[in-house]
Amino acid sequence: MSVKTPSKLEKILSSGNLAVTSECGPPRGSDPKAVTKKAEMIKDYVDAVNITDNQTSVTRMSSLAACIHLKLMGVEPILQMVTRDRNRIAIQSDILGAASFDIFNMLCLSGDHQSFGDCPQGQNVHDLDSMQLLQTVHLMRDEGKFLGGADIKRPPQMFVGAAANPFADPFEIRVPRLAKKIASGAEFIQTQCIYNVDKFEEWMKQVCDRGLHEKVYILAGVTPLKSVGMAKFMKNRVPGMDVPDDIVKRMADTPKEKQPEEGINICVETIERLKSVEGVKGFHIMAIEWEEKVPGIVERAGLYPRPEIGAEN
Amino acid sequence: MIVADKKPVEEIIDYVTDCKNILVLGCNECVTVCEAGGKKEVEVLASTLRMCFLNQGTEVSIDEITLERQCDHEYLEEIRDVADRYDAIISLACGVGVQFMAEKYHSVPIYPGVNTCFLGATEKRGLWTERCQACGNCMLAITGGICPVSRCAKRILNGPCGGSSNGKCEINKDLDCAWQLIIDRLKALDRLEDYEKICSIKDWSTDRAGGPRKVVREDVQS
Ligand code: SF4
Ligand code: SF4
Repeated sequence: MSVKTPSKLEKILSSGNLAVTSECGPPRGSDPKAVTKKAEMIKDYVDAVNITDNQTSVTRMSSLAACIHLKLMGVEPILQMVTRDRNRIAIQSDILGAASFDIFNMLCLSGDHQSFGDCPQGQNVHDLDSMQLLQTVHLMRDEGKFLGGADIKRPPQMFVGAAANPFADPFEIRVPRLAKKIASGAEFIQTQCIYNVDKFEEWMKQVCDRGLHEKVYILAGVTPLKSVGMAKFMKNRVPGMDVPDDIVKRMADTPKEKQPEEGINICVETIERLKSVEGVKGFHIMAIEWEEKVPGIVERAGLYPRPEIGAEN
Repeated sequence: MIVADKKPVEEIIDYVTDCKNILVLGCNECVTVCEAGGKKEVEVLASTLRMCFLNQGTEVSIDEITLERQCDHEYLEEIRDVADRYDAIISLACGVGVQFMAEKYHSVPIYPGVNTCFLGATEKRGLWTERCQACGNCMLAITGGICPVSRCAKRILNGPCGGSSNGKCEINKDLDCAWQLIIDRLKALDRLEDYEKICSIKDWSTDRAGGPRKVVREDVQS
């Protein structure tokens, strides 16, 4: 796959290195240090950092603003954008805003329903869906056009990605759905957190059978479990999450004070196993409010040091 | 049909608390089928109001009429001679009927007696569910006859989202995921390959987004 943007993430992937990304959730307040401190902890251990966009529909500092803080400190941001809160005018406008700060990566999502968050009485927008957002970014980047047809002066140069959940239902369309995202323009994929590696492998096999792994870079998502409580919550409460019983049991059989360490062991073992799965081109480590553990995971998983490839500016 | 639900009676009492002559006006169409605003519900509401005013010791006269339709000039004319006898009319029609009444009878306050909910169908008695949001540009042909606009909680046109679980929507375990239904239906039609066709960006100008809508048919205008 030829390099199309100045994105450092794209360069690392196209050079054949396993990429490592992580993510930071912006704060429920306006203190920039809440973002920069997290980024400081992980910046030498990852290639790029996703900034979530009002995740779980809870109002937070805007993803774009937090991305700018990262960019200014020399960390490569991945702007997450959900279609829940913006219509096509706001979407295009934010893309241009991001491009004006030379933000070169974007992840297109539909977003959780607002009923999960702090404004369940609000409207949702969903003027576009995530696939149509992918198409929009491509139109703006590759053709230099707005959706309305006019030309863009200095079009955005975004490496565009999407999420994939190999575990969601219905399983039979999980691969066709990935194909659709690729056809819509997804160049990289960050998957849902993987705990059920067998099922993930089954999905990846189908992905490879269709040759989709040659059309998109797939970053396998992992999240270290902090406790058996978190394992159970993820298993029972988070839609589309697949935590097998043996993982829950392994956490439950571990004494409480050792559970965080065990969670990290599981995470490192998962990465080790996924490294040999055909089509896996990197890892997306989502340590939710546990960013300080990312460097250790990256080191133990043999992914450190990171390749010295800079973004163009 | 248009599905409505009863308003809390306390809310209705609040509207008419100082009135002496009240008309409760039902409608014989959709709201009768969904048991929110037909003749039967008119009777129930009128008796409840009577009891309530009696308990307060206030003398209020409450009449009951149910029209064939409240969204039609012809039927609304039937109360032309009596309308201004009332200092409040509680319409149990959908929002369309309530407004049509208000447009026609300027000098009498019209209050809504139901909450108009959606365009839907009776699944079984006592259970009505949404089927259409009148987007003005029906796309059921490409979604196996199942509407993602009204039935997917995120109006996703290329679904499902990652939250679909065991056929249910992420927002509620009692709610079918529209995209699971679409996929099941495409499968039953032996058209699952159609799933991979990407639905392009929708023109929402025919939807609510485009402002109040109109259908003009010169061919049938006389
Ligand atoms: S596609 Fe539009 S018109 Fe057709 S059923 Fe859905 S909302 Fe109604
Ligand atoms: S779970 Fe299904 S119905 Fe619910 S928002 Fe997602 S795609 Fe739509």
